[in-house]
Amino acid sequence: MLQQLKTTYTQDISLFANRNAVISYAVLILALLLVPAVLGEFYVGELGGVFIFAIAGVGLMLLTGYTGLVNLGQAAFLGIGAYTNAVLMTKGVPFIFTLPLAGLVSALFGVLLAIPTMRMTGFYLAIATLAFGSIIGTVFQKWTSVTGGFDGFAVPTPSIFGFPIEGTNGVYYLSLLVLIFVIWLAINILRSPVGRAMVAIRDSEISAQSMGINLSLYKTISFATSSGITGLAGALFAHYVRFLAPDSFDILLSIQFVTIIFVGGLGSLHGAIFGAMFVRLLPQFIAIVRDDLPFGIGRMPGLEPSLFGLVLVLVILFEPLGMHGRWLKIKAWLKDFPLHRRSGIRRQKTYARSERLR
Amino acid sequence: MSLFAARDIAIQFGGIKAVDAVTFDVKQGEVFSIIGPNGAGKTTIFNLISRIYNLTSGELIFNGKNVTKVPPHEIAALGIARTFQNIELFSQATLLQNLLIGRHCHVKTNLLSQFAFLPPARDAELAHREKVEDVISFLDLQRYRNTLIANLPYGVRKVVELGRALCIEPKLLLLDEPSSGLNVEETEAMAFWIDDIKKDLGITVIMVEHDMKLVSAVSDRVMALNYGRVIALGSPGEVQTHPEVVRAYIGGEA
Repeated sequence: MLQQLKTTYTQDISLFANRNAVISYAVLILALLLVPAVLGEFYVGELGGVFIFAIAGVGLMLLTGYTGLVNLGQAAFLGIGAYTNAVLMTKGVPFIFTLPLAGLVSALFGVLLAIPTMRMTGFYLAIATLAFGSIIGTVFQKWTSVTGGFDGFAVPTPSIFGFPIEGTNGVYYLSLLVLIFVIWLAINILRSPVGRAMVAIRDSEISAQSMGINLSLYKTISFATSSGITGLAGALFAHYVRFLAPDSFDILLSIQFVTIIFVGGLGSLHGAIFGAMFVRLLPQFIAIVRDDLPFGIGRMPGLEPSLFGLVLVLVILFEPLGMHGRWLKIKAWLKDFPLHRRSGIRRQKTYARSERLR
Repeated sequence: MSLFAARDIAIQFGGIKAVDAVTFDVKQGEVFSIIGPNGAGKTTIFNLISRIYNLTSGELIFNGKNVTKVPPHEIAALGIARTFQNIELFSQATLLQNLLIGRHCHVKTNLLSQFAFLPPARDAELAHREKVEDVISFLDLQRYRNTLIANLPYGVRKVVELGRALCIEPKLLLLDEPSSGLNVEETEAMAFWIDDIKKDLGITVIMVEHDMKLVSAVSDRVMALNYGRVIALGSPGEVQTHPEVVRAYIGGEA
């Protein structure tokens, strides 16, 4: 396979792998900027949703994909971000402040969750985060003086320096901007000592500790950044749905986030984006083909969640590297054509490890 | 002058005294080996020194400082590095990333500058990379630099673990069975490296090892343990012929 010849150490820590990468990402961003001019409002709206879920996916990817900590309550952080943003805006705080505040408040709650779950891994952590998610969900329902309970409330239109961010296009561009910022942040984290400490904790806690990594500190940092990023997604989500009601942030949403990172591919940022595309676009695809399916399958209740579950199981069984892994394989196959051999590709990753010396 | 000293250290798991009243000194610049039959408490001593276990009683002195109560993640910054018997590398990361994690205790840049990857963070990364490259050349690992650990053969992983410990730039290096699972040739290479580490880098080594050939080749002094107690301490030759040691390994009349 053709490999790029590196001549400086800087090349290993630069934002883009090479000039081709710079060009292709520039083209991609340009294309995304032009989307609202070309496609109809429906598609722009759907893509905006993909961006918001991709932001949350990147957040969860840092925690689960890179630090190896499961979180089944991620929807709670999206909710905290959404309510912080929307409630502060109804109190008259400008959007330019409420957006970062939404991230900060979510990050604080991430720290709150990290403290009691510090020594938990695997199933225990999964159950604890699940409980956290449902507690926060209940708070959204019962704290009617702030959240409006089940009645919900309409989210005000945001504006930045007097320019209102209106309609589908506004949310689309705003989400794209935040997504680019979040990806930049995640790349920085991953090429810094913090990111390496996360990977170390994921792969071996005991030797991470012997390398001088403070486990509690870095797990807390991981929780905080993950939930903070998800909080940003939540703030955008509030404007995306325009009307906040507590039942948006239930366990099913958390499962969707987990699906994003597993189907997309654990341990890669591309995976978070691919996964978000899958999770947001599958329901739309179902909606389009619903009436054409035989035997009335399309009208069966619970078709969507069961399809998500099925895909999740199939991916874990047959493609542990997820869509990103499949993409790498396709790329390798095209590169080596017609001389491809199967063994040229790295094998499965296993993050679920048995308990060992700790 | 002794770099490290264990004073009467003991640990008890329930009714079992895994390590019982063990006292030893390690001099600056020597290779000190710990031998003993399975379950003698050798690795437990390492886990006590790296503070993974808490001592039931006794004291650990390193570089004139009492380290008995230091938290485990601060041991590396003091200058004590270790390897593990069953290899505890970060298997889904590349060799380069693994060695860079070894530099963690030397990270000085603050979180904010890392999150934004500001010039100080970038410069620090490049400086760490230089140090890591030194270790890579020292151990001849260049061709595996960007390989995932999971895809490396066992013998190479053993060397990577040694390299990761060297990236800490330790004063004291704890090697837990460096030759286990290695073939004859790889064990010989390991003996050369341990010798180089001692002579060229001036690092003091404590080693747990079963391969007596390796022990005799590199050690200055040897301590033999059985049932958590010291049964002999001296030069490799003295310890190997010590009647208690012979009895512990081969058995004999009680």
